[in-house]
Amino acid sequence: MTQIFGVPTVALYAQLVLGLVNGCFYAILSLGLALIFGMLNITNFAHGAFYMMGAVFSWIALAHFGIGYWWALLLAPLLVAVLGIVVERTLLQWLYKVDSLYGLLLTFGLALVIEGLFRYRYGVSGLPYSPPESFQGALNLGFMFLPKYRAWVVLVSLVTCFSTWFVIEWTPLGAYLRAATENPKLVQAFGINVPVMITLTYAAGIGLAGLAGVLAAPATQISPLMGTNLIIVVFAVVVIGGMGSILGSISTGLGLGLIEGLTKVYYPQASDTVVFLIMALVLLVRPAGLFGKER
Amino acid sequence: MRPVPVRSMLRAFRLAWVNGEWVSVAWVGVLWTGTFLCCLTAVGHSQSKPAGKISGGVVKIGVLTDMSGVYSDNTGQGSIVAAQMAIDDFGGKVLGYPIELVSADHQNKPDIGANKAREWFDTQGVDVIVDGVNSAVAIASSKVANEKQRILIVSGAGSIRLTNEDCNPYTIHYAYDTYATGGATGRAIVQHGGTTWFFVAADYTFGHSMQEDTAKVVRAAGGQVLGSVFHPLNASDFSSYMLQAQSSGAKVIGLANAGGDTINAIKAASEFGINKKQMLAGLLVMINDIHALGLQATQGMFIADGFYWDMNDETRKFSKTFLAKAKKMPSMIHAAVYSSTLQYLKAVQATGTDAADAVVKKLKEMSLDDVFVKHGRIRGDGRMVHDYYLFQVKSPSESKYPWDYYKLIGTVPGDQAFQPLSESRCALVKK
Amino acid sequence: MGKHASTLRIAGYLLLLVAGIVAPFIGYPVFLMKALCFALFACAFNLLLGYTGLLSFGHAAFFATAAYVTGYVIKVKGFSPLLGILAGTLVALALGFVFGSLVIRRQGIYFAMITLALSQLVYFLFLEAPFTGGEDGLQAIPRGHILGLDLQQDRSLYYVVFTIFVLGFLLIRRTIHSPFGQVLKAIRENEQRAISLGYDVNRYKILAFVLSSGLAGLAGSTKAIVFTFVTLTDADWHTSGEVVLMTLLGGMGTVLGPIVGAVSIVTLENKLADKVGSFVTVIMGAIFIVCVLLFRKGIVGEAMAFFRRRAVSPSSER
Repeated sequence: MTQIFGVPTVALYAQLVLGLVNGCFYAILSLGLALIFGMLNITNFAHGAFYMMGAVFSWIALAHFGIGYWWALLLAPLLVAVLGIVVERTLLQWLYKVDSLYGLLLTFGLALVIEGLFRYRYGVSGLPYSPPESFQGALNLGFMFLPKYRAWVVLVSLVTCFSTWFVIEWTPLGAYLRAATENPKLVQAFGINVPVMITLTYAAGIGLAGLAGVLAAPATQISPLMGTNLIIVVFAVVVIGGMGSILGSISTGLGLGLIEGLTKVYYPQASDTVVFLIMALVLLVRPAGLFGKER
Repeated sequence: MRPVPVRSMLRAFRLAWVNGEWVSVAWVGVLWTGTFLCCLTAVGHSQSKPAGKISGGVVKIGVLTDMSGVYSDNTGQGSIVAAQMAIDDFGGKVLGYPIELVSADHQNKPDIGANKAREWFDTQGVDVIVDGVNSAVAIASSKVANEKQRILIVSGAGSIRLTNEDCNPYTIHYAYDTYATGGATGRAIVQHGGTTWFFVAADYTFGHSMQEDTAKVVRAAGGQVLGSVFHPLNASDFSSYMLQAQSSGAKVIGLANAGGDTINAIKAASEFGINKKQMLAGLLVMINDIHALGLQATQGMFIADGFYWDMNDETRKFSKTFLAKAKKMPSMIHAAVYSSTLQYLKAVQATGTDAADAVVKKLKEMSLDDVFVKHGRIRGDGRMVHDYYLFQVKSPSESKYPWDYYKLIGTVPGDQAFQPLSESRCALVKK
Repeated sequence: MGKHASTLRIAGYLLLLVAGIVAPFIGYPVFLMKALCFALFACAFNLLLGYTGLLSFGHAAFFATAAYVTGYVIKVKGFSPLLGILAGTLVALALGFVFGSLVIRRQGIYFAMITLALSQLVYFLFLEAPFTGGEDGLQAIPRGHILGLDLQQDRSLYYVVFTIFVLGFLLIRRTIHSPFGQVLKAIRENEQRAISLGYDVNRYKILAFVLSSGLAGLAGSTKAIVFTFVTLTDADWHTSGEVVLMTLLGGMGTVLGPIVGAVSIVTLENKLADKVGSFVTVIMGAIFIVCVLLFRKGIVGEAMAFFRRRAVSPSSER
């Protein structure tokens, strides 16, 4: 059997595929963060909390209303996005004129509140949720058996990420968005309602977090704490990719998933830390991140 | 420093007031208020002198626990309920004196935990602290207990250091430790034919020592350890580690982790179908974890535990009462908190005092018998020795009623389950 | 503000000093010491956030590093407490220099994120290093003696800690009011202008960073001796978040704000522990939100602004 540094290549491929699956989560989450940062100039610390809400909502839908996975996949992100609108209108909109650090601090506090409340209501042991019937079983990739559900996750996230990218880079709506980021006053003067656009962007970013939450629900423990640990890693992803860069966050998310997958084979203890090491190194060489522009 | 110009200060005050220089006056005001608040918030009530045999005329029990963090489901509010049940079952009074319960959430911060313990002992006359989840908090509090010569009975934390390097006469380790929970599982599973092992362990002291202790026992029982992988604490995705475990070809995958990590590992195992071909052994899995995962994902798993609600009439009665109050079945920790509180009160009753030295002496002589423990005893190093059980998780079809999750596979007698006294590194039992 | 204003200010500080000396006879010494340690930590942090305008989200790294070093050299190498604190502080200074050189050219969110990343690396180091005891923590650090004072006595130790705090505070105050501090404020207000005035901005910033991390280290070292243990909680990023909250609540860019903030938060955490149980984090989060939305200047800052308005308003608006 061929080996690379003492690990059979077949096992290595399997780990890379799993890394890609994780990378998909990073990509969706960091995409949402990048959207919000680009438009609102706010570092959304509460992103992890909204991700958690997506997962918990899909559990609530199943346990209390008997709504299955497919409807949850549609409804939970929408509900989370609506909450995002509420948050933007009641809290964030007062912060656009002050230093962007306040946005970071406010969302940090918001995350504490949301997670605290959910923890009080649902405890920390987690809530049961299994993949839908149609995804039982695995695909034979030759070198590994990939559970069908994981394959589905990859498909959904890639489609979501690239359609978002397409909308922003290639449609008129995206053009308005990008223009409003550059010069909101001018865009407003052209008769476009910039505040509404900002609100909707935030809702979209938050909705992406909710979607990631629903996708994660069958695969990991649904618990109020699930977002806390993830969010810092995702921050690192966004920073490495370049804050506000759409394509940057998608490709960095996927890439880091792969790197993390490799770390899990060669030095598993450091698999959570390697991201930060890469981040420190990247920023030393390219201060604005891999895809960002220095401003 | 130059001499304090009192007179010019007074003049300055008057002038500032007259001129309406609010800023300066306000400064002093802010300083005053700050100082005042500083003192006020920190005021403690000095402890009253011992009245008779019972200090302060009341026996105070403190539940030091995690009510908001990762351990809160297996301890937390449930521990308070359990301690209160013990007090009620004892009759609410000992030697004619009232029993009082206080509790605090240490938020998993050792500063807060140790500070609370110190404050309780120093200013509130707390006689014994129970639960003490989170090993860093437990060890820190045990130092305080030793210094203040009061009793700490740890049920929530599992660090074996409590009865080894960090043992002291006033600390009792009541429920479980990494040696017992790993060792009992390891030996029993090897006897049931699980001879080759692979460990998925959390990369912190708890995971490492559990992995080592279990591996030792597995080898001693004639089994083989094929490998281990250490993952970071609170890892979000376990599929990679479980796949490594799968490709090792071991018959048993030992999960030397706890809480969310164990849950995620089991979820990944079930998703990849690993639990169909290999045996999963949860070295520290509590009933609430199984409840959270559901039987579909956990069926067939081996679990070592010190308590299960559905063992006999006594446990069922206790657990049903607990369920009504806490809205969940008691974990081993909850039962141990109940038991330790009850046994402490019995010892106070027997000695006729709440003086710590006498009570500890009595506790270490007594045979402990209640719903949690049968013929238990507390050793010189502070370890409470009790039987350990090996369970297998039922399949969904075997489960007949709510919370019907385990079937009993075997019992590990206490003296085999826990680290032998001869191996203890505790200074109290050095020959 | 005339001459008597400064006299008043001295009176105020004297009052605080007296309060600090009397406090252990009224309050609970260990709790007061904890409050002092965090107050010093917050003051050190404020030097960076309030006076230089840099938000570090990884200050726990310095706090914890110094604490671990102090604990280690005292427990294992048998250093005296003062030498231990000195060692801890020096290591924090050195670490501050290393981190500072790495991050100082970054600004705003980037600065916050990189410091966060670096502190996560430090956390990983402490989790893996054999001497820290992992999640069980480095425990049973002997308190020892200083100049014949038995530090096992809480009150004796309190006065040592109080002295350290006062010295640290005076150093920070001196720094803020020195020409160096003025340059820092100039950088905070308008970095470009400071550059065009010929200041080597990065050197000023890095010096502030090193000073801040050293003082944070001093606070951490002292805390290690007070509690006789150091655990991973000190290195956790939530600790970094907490010190931000303290500074924000008290008032960033005010001399006394961090002290007020630290004392309030420590007291709150301690009091809430037996009252609300699981709601502690919710309340902390709510304080964050309220501060950011309504009291951006913090308790002390808002109080000062209020009284300043009162003082001026009868005659003119500004």
